[in-house]
Amino acid sequence: MAILQVKQLSKSFQIHHLQKKMQAVKNIHFSLHKGEFIGIVGKSGSGKSTILKSIYRTYLPEEGEILYESARFGCLDLAKATARQIIYLRKHEIGYVSQFLNVMPRITSRQLVENALLEVDYPIELAKDRAEETLRHFDLDEALWDAYPNTFSGGEKLRLNISIATVKKPRLLLLDEPTASLDAISKEKVRQIIEKLKRQGTTLVGIFHDLAFMEGLCDKVFEMEAQQTNTFVKDRV
Amino acid sequence: MFEQPLLQVKNVTKKYGAGCQKCMSYCSTKLIKNYCSTCRTVYACRNVSFDLYTGEILGIVGESGSGKSTLMQCLYFDVEPSSGIMYFDHPGLKEKNLFHLSAQQKRLIRHKKFGMVYQNPIHGLKMHYSAISNIGEKLIAAGDRNVAKMESIGNMLLREVEIPVFRSKEKPLHFSGGMQQRVQIAKALSNNPPILFLDEITTGLDLSVQANVLDLIKNIQMEYGVSMIVVSHDLAVIRMLADRTLVMLDGEVIEEGLTDQILEDPQHLYTQQLVYSLI
Repeated sequence: MAILQVKQLSKSFQIHHLQKKMQAVKNIHFSLHKGEFIGIVGKSGSGKSTILKSIYRTYLPEEGEILYESARFGCLDLAKATARQIIYLRKHEIGYVSQFLNVMPRITSRQLVENALLEVDYPIELAKDRAEETLRHFDLDEALWDAYPNTFSGGEKLRLNISIATVKKPRLLLLDEPTASLDAISKEKVRQIIEKLKRQGTTLVGIFHDLAFMEGLCDKVFEMEAQQTNTFVKDRV
Repeated sequence: MFEQPLLQVKNVTKKYGAGCQKCMSYCSTKLIKNYCSTCRTVYACRNVSFDLYTGEILGIVGESGSGKSTLMQCLYFDVEPSSGIMYFDHPGLKEKNLFHLSAQQKRLIRHKKFGMVYQNPIHGLKMHYSAISNIGEKLIAAGDRNVAKMESIGNMLLREVEIPVFRSKEKPLHFSGGMQQRVQIAKALSNNPPILFLDEITTGLDLSVQANVLDLIKNIQMEYGVSMIVVSHDLAVIRMLADRTLVMLDGEVIEEGLTDQILEDPQHLYTQQLVYSLI
C-alpha cells in the first residue's frame, strides 16, 4: 500500500513585478510505500526542494495530486487539504528537516526538543527523557543543551533541527539536504538515525548532494533532469 | 470538517460614511484604495471572513491603514461593524450573531470570554490606577467581588509577566513601555479568556523585551490552549507565533494560508512585495 503518491505534480511561481511565470517542476510522478526511503538527486535549481516543499505545503502545489495515507484522515490530497489539516499533519505525522533552523528566540535546545513532544501531549517526564536521549544520540554537546541555538554553528543547528523533527517519530519524514554542512562523523550519526527510523516504519523522502551517503540507504533514487522547463523524474535503481 | 471553529467571522464590513449607490454596488477593485471618491466613504474593512480554532494563533499582517486594528476593534465590540456576522462556539451562544446581541450581553462576553491587548497601552489600561487595580477592574467587570481572591490572581499574573510584585501598586504611568504592555497582557488574561486579541503588541519594544513577550504568548498558548488573533506588521513576529496568517490590503483579506506558505510562496502582488521587503 502506497503511503505517498505524487501524481502529475506541477508548480510554477508567478512573479508579479517581473510579470513572469517561472516553471519549477512539471509532471512529477512517483510513489512510495510505507517504510521506503526515496532519494532525489539533481542539479541546483532542478526543483528538488520544490517537490519536498510542495508535499509539506510550504509551497502551494499548482497542478496534480499528492495523495497521502494519513493515520488520522485516511487518504488525503495534500495539494488540496485545508490549512488546519496540514497543521495537524505537521504536528503529528509529517516531519521536515532543512539546513536552516527557524525557532523562537531565547528557547534552549532542550526546550525546543521537549516542546515538539509536549505539542502532541506527551507527559512532561517522558518528554524530558526522550529529548535528552535524542540530543545525546546526535552528539549535541551537553553544554549546549541549555544554551540558545542562535549562536550555534551550522552543524550544531542542523543536528538540533534533526532532533526536533525526529523526536516525534513521524510517519513521513522529508529531508531537505540534512547533511549539507556536516562532517563525516555527524553524517554517520544522521545515517544511523535514518536507518533506525526506517526500521520503525517511517517513510522518508530525502534530497542529498552526497551520492555516497545515499548508497545502500535509499530504496530508490530519482534523478531530476532539468530540460528547460520540463523536469522529469527517472528511476536510477 | 474534522474540527469546529471556535469563532467564525463572516463578511465583516466597517465603513466610515454613508456609502452611495456607486461604491456600494461596485465590486471592491473599482474603488481607489478603500475610498469612494463620490461620497467620500472610507471602507476600513470589507467582507472580512475567517475562522479561528481552539488553541491556534492566527496572524494578521498588512500595511498601516489596511484595516487590521479596525477589524480587531470590531471583534472586541469597541467599534460596531456596518455589517457582518460573528459566531462563537459556546453553550447558549450558538447560532447567535454576536454583533446583534444587546450591549449588556456584549459587555459580558467581552469581559468574560475575550481579552484584548492594544497597540497603545493607553487604550487598554487606566494609567492612573495601580497595575493591580487595572487587573482588578477587569475581574470586577466580570462579576468578581472577593478582594483577597482578586489580589492573589492579580499578583500571580503580574509574576507571570515578570512585573515585580513590589511594583504592583504603582501606576502603569510610571512603567516603561514594555512593562505597560505586559500589564495589559496580565489584565487580558485575568479571566482565563478562551480568546485573546493582540494588536501590535511587540511594536516599539526592544528585541530582548520582545523575545520575553513572544515567549510569554507561546507559553500561554501551550499551557492554557488559548486561541489568539495576532495583528502585526512585523513578519518575523508572525512567523514565530502564527500557524495561519491572513494578509490584509485596503480593508480586504487578499490572501490566507499557512504562515510559512505565505512567506515562501506568496501569491498576491502585495504579499510578494511585503515578503521582498523583509530584511
